[in-house]
Amino acid sequence: MEKRKKLPPFKILSTTAILGYGFPLSSFKKGLSKKPDLIAADAGSTDPGPYYLGSGKSFTNRTAVKRDLRLMIKAGVEKHIPVVIGSAGGSGARPHLDWCLEIVREIAREEKLHFKLGIVQADVKKEIVLKAWKEGKISPLPFVPPLTRKVIENSENIVAQMGVEPFIKLLKAGAEVIVAGRSYDPAVFAALPISRGYDRGLALHLGKILECAAIAATPGSGSDCAFGTLQEDSFILEALSPERKFTPQSAAAHTLYEKSDPYHLPGPGGSIDLTGCKFEDLGQGRVRVTGSKFVSSEGYWLKLEGVRLAGYRSISVAGVRDPIMIERIDEILKAVEVRVRDILGKDSQGSRLYFHVYGKNGVMGELEPVKKTKSHELGIVIEVIGPTQAEADAVLALTRSVLLHYGYEGRIATAGNLAFPFSPSDVAMGKVYEFSIYHLMQVSDPAFFPVKTEKL
Amino acid sequence: MKNRAKRSILKVARVIRSKNSGPYELTLDIMFKDRRDYELFKKKKLVTASQIAALYGVDKSEVLKIIYFEPSQAIKITLKRKIPSGTPGDTDIYGAQQHAPLLNLKF
Repeated sequence: MEKRKKLPPFKILSTTAILGYGFPLSSFKKGLSKKPDLIAADAGSTDPGPYYLGSGKSFTNRTAVKRDLRLMIKAGVEKHIPVVIGSAGGSGARPHLDWCLEIVREIAREEKLHFKLGIVQADVKKEIVLKAWKEGKISPLPFVPPLTRKVIENSENIVAQMGVEPFIKLLKAGAEVIVAGRSYDPAVFAALPISRGYDRGLALHLGKILECAAIAATPGSGSDCAFGTLQEDSFILEALSPERKFTPQSAAAHTLYEKSDPYHLPGPGGSIDLTGCKFEDLGQGRVRVTGSKFVSSEGYWLKLEGVRLAGYRSISVAGVRDPIMIERIDEILKAVEVRVRDILGKDSQGSRLYFHVYGKNGVMGELEPVKKTKSHELGIVIEVIGPTQAEADAVLALTRSVLLHYGYEGRIATAGNLAFPFSPSDVAMGKVYEFSIYHLMQVSDPAFFPVKTEKL
Repeated sequence: MKNRAKRSILKVARVIRSKNSGPYELTLDIMFKDRRDYELFKKKKLVTASQIAALYGVDKSEVLKIIYFEPSQAIKITLKRKIPSGTPGDTDIYGAQQHAPLLNLKF
């Protein structure tokens, strides 16, 4: 048998926690001076809620994304280091991907850069989801309602989080810059090393930490770079600015973040098993991690994300300082809704009315254990979600005026019940989306996402 | 067993936080200052699903899991979100301010 050559260290520069969050030029330059084999960043999250996937808008700012991308692409192309971006535009559906690609093309023109651009789409057609659903190849995640035909049909911008396979395909095709739709966060970091034979578990675990860049260092920052060096049996993490460092505790703590089980991190095709994982201090702000393993799942499952339109929102913000009113706030708000429904009749039927009462339970809603407020003032956000903007606006306007002049029992302040900080008091907020699909789908081909290249 | 006054979790915790784990779950972390306290909690199972359910006024079945994580000397508790992130009626899109009831934990 031919003796396998030992793999050299594979070095990865992660620029920022989310493309557009920025990074100091000094950290970036320091990272480049270490001659990385890959520059990558994850651009996405479902954290900002369902609106962005539904509306096709980015939750990051265009100018900020362009600034980050310009630095990364310029350095990458000039120094022949692949640049890989995942979950373009935040949510990674077609409109987000196109938005990001337009920025990349602008940069290429402005900087007179020429390179082979690789593009991966993450959108999944409804017909494909329906077919998988009929074949029993869809499985809900915990607490997610099972999928129905109607939910699939009403969903918009369905995407799947891609694994490393589409990236590997494009890297092998010679892509120098890759921009992909919705991606499993670690994939942008792990694809290239996995294709070169590095351990999948270590590469993905490193990716899992690097996707949040310096958030996993201490003091943490989402707007600073992190550097990872992958070896055959371990990886090493280091920060790139003198003010922060990695410690075993900071790196391990990050493994807890936003996950329900820190020992088993599921992703496309299997999970990273951290039960045998060790975090070891190497000094000088560096941490070595060993023992992360990849365990293949039975079948290759992708996570689907989709949203549906829930209606149109209108809100009004006001304050209450009257102690008599604060004492009775629950019954007053209930009575106001009854009055509004009574006046509007069927014109309010399709609308939902919510009072967010800050100073009482505005933050925790029904989870709030403190039932009686001690606050001397309350902030109220009146929220209406209607089937059209006009209906939402109408219900909100009436609710606001009824509450303003409502003659509750014991009232002695008869001029008005609300302090409005703004004129106009009402804001039409437009479309409201809600998550409708958050399920796993089994696929036969892990590289099932359409890829293409473009010469710039 | 000798009776002793119950201690507040704040005496032993370094970090207590909440955050979404995807749009349908809320995950709570308690990280300990000292490994001995972590070991004590782990050995005596001082955080239980019933206790968490009582603190948050939810059904025990809504407490998905409680995991002890060695490398961070931390306890992770995952709950069902009453309303998924961003669905009408939600009050905390990121789930980042749902930890306060945990500060009342006594042991």
